[in-house]
Amino acid sequence: MSIAMLLEMAADGAPDRAAVGSLSGGLTMSELLARATEAGAWLRERGAERLIAVDVNSEAIPIYLFAAAFAGIPYVPLNYRLADDRLRAILARSAPGIAVVHESAVDRVAGTEGIEVVLASDFAQVTSGATTEDAIPADADDIAVLLFTSGTTGEPKAAVLRHRHLTSYIFDTVEFLGSDADEAALVSVPPYHIAAISAVLSSLFGGRRLVYVPQFSPKNWVELARQEAITHAMVVPTMLDRILDELESGENALPALRHLSYGGGRMPMAVVERAMTLLPQVNLVNAYGLTETASTIAVLTPDDHREAFASDDPTVRARLGSVGRPLPTIELTICDPEGTPVGPGEKGEICVRGEQVSGEYVGREQAPSDGWFHTNDGGWLDAAGYLFIDGRLDDVIVRGAENLSPGEIEDVLLTHPAVREAAVFGVADREWGEAVAAAVVLDEDETATEDELKAWVREQLRSSRTPDQITFCTELPYSETGKLLRRVLKSELEAKLSHSA
Amino acid sequence: MELKAGSRWRSAVDEVEVVVVRPPAQPVQLECGGAAMVPQGDEPPAGVTIAADWSGGTALGKRFVHEASNLEVLAVKGGTGTLAVGGEALELKGAKPLPASD
Repeated sequence: MSIAMLLEMAADGAPDRAAVGSLSGGLTMSELLARATEAGAWLRERGAERLIAVDVNSEAIPIYLFAAAFAGIPYVPLNYRLADDRLRAILARSAPGIAVVHESAVDRVAGTEGIEVVLASDFAQVTSGATTEDAIPADADDIAVLLFTSGTTGEPKAAVLRHRHLTSYIFDTVEFLGSDADEAALVSVPPYHIAAISAVLSSLFGGRRLVYVPQFSPKNWVELARQEAITHAMVVPTMLDRILDELESGENALPALRHLSYGGGRMPMAVVERAMTLLPQVNLVNAYGLTETASTIAVLTPDDHREAFASDDPTVRARLGSVGRPLPTIELTICDPEGTPVGPGEKGEICVRGEQVSGEYVGREQAPSDGWFHTNDGGWLDAAGYLFIDGRLDDVIVRGAENLSPGEIEDVLLTHPAVREAAVFGVADREWGEAVAAAVVLDEDETATEDELKAWVREQLRSSRTPDQITFCTELPYSETGKLLRRVLKSELEAKLSHSA
Repeated sequence: MELKAGSRWRSAVDEVEVVVVRPPAQPVQLECGGAAMVPQGDEPPAGVTIAADWSGGTALGKRFVHEASNLEVLAVKGGTGTLAVGGEALELKGAKPLPASD
């Protein structure tokens, strides 16, 4: 059983349904299957051990994923936006294999040992004399995908996802060909993000057409969504706010859009409320998941959004800032540092177990034998089982004997009418061990002083949680998938402080 | 027959193929159209035909469970035969799909 079977089933059940590409001239399910089996046979003939992709979003992405599966080898999409030396470093770590490379990146990856470079435009044409009968189907336990984690707090790790992790996620969450024939999903996350892998599998198994945004900009996204009558889309937090700006400023209504999911990072509640006001007809879904869990493990459903948005009960209202409830097919608990589960309302580390959960990395110890994956995300469950995320445990600020979550302080800063973005992080401090620092971006045309913002936090949280210093900037550093890079702010400020000391 | 998770089986009497999603708690015989299923890739025994009582059909993409043994299979090819374990028809597993999240 492999992910290739998911495409075979879709092509069997709905051969002529649009699978990927534009309304005029994309590939049908059976055409995609034919292309992927051909490319897979070619990879097998060449003896490729891995299919590495250094390419931007395009209709070729599902072909890479399935061609690798038909060849029985791992698919390894790399982050082409990395600086040259870092890209070459993870390419070398991905060897040996065939790398399908976008024309613009060929010079950057040339001469890596164990890597055969094939131009993306050439790979699109490969043919093979082999037939499907020659294929050796991948085993459920074989590696389907290797994904480098975003490495927001350290060196990227290569997470291992086996076929069984991905197929069990799809079987448990997607109804086979359950989509209406007019449904189309817009994919704007880059190909090396777990959501890009799961988008291919869940859309095609569900019978939904995939459309790719080659290069994200709010304008491109909105234009493509209109042209292609997009019904479904997934965005990361930094994209949503900018898309809403674009929708508000232009005459770009999106009449076909009915379902918008977001995830991949902390979404400010104010942005969710704005989306609900601007797009009242659209179902919103907040999804929480990790690379290591083969995508989503908790969802805040459209009904949850509406109930929370309309509620006067602060407990229910607060759920708009949660990631919803865990999937029924996984186990999820909050543990204290000793690994003992804690009760509702108590904070700790989010731990998960289930068939879709991997938690295995290349070159590191195997996944824990008891099956529990420790996410390194802090969080808590409310009495009704809604999960709230505090952020990475590595980001926790230890001020004196107190553990402070940046997310909690950021949320308070963001409620200030002048604050558009906020980042809170710890900086080394002689007296406290760590002091609380904040970097904020103000709305254009708004002003606020450092003292005013400190007072704003102090009124709502204890004084130990009040930032010791606040800097104002014009933008905050994010990874391209919308993750706030607190360590960048931390090292910048610490360098500045040590310089002035 | 060893119904391992991920193993594929084909009907001896029609087009149905299934993949085992969850293995049974104890060894059982998986049938389709009234006849034992065979491993995918094996030739079905000659002369076996579909039983009229077991021709209610199996829909592609649906999941089926046998409660007593906990066996769960997914139909990866549909057909006219009905799935059963030792003469007990499998039950269609109600889909509870999640709202699309990726």
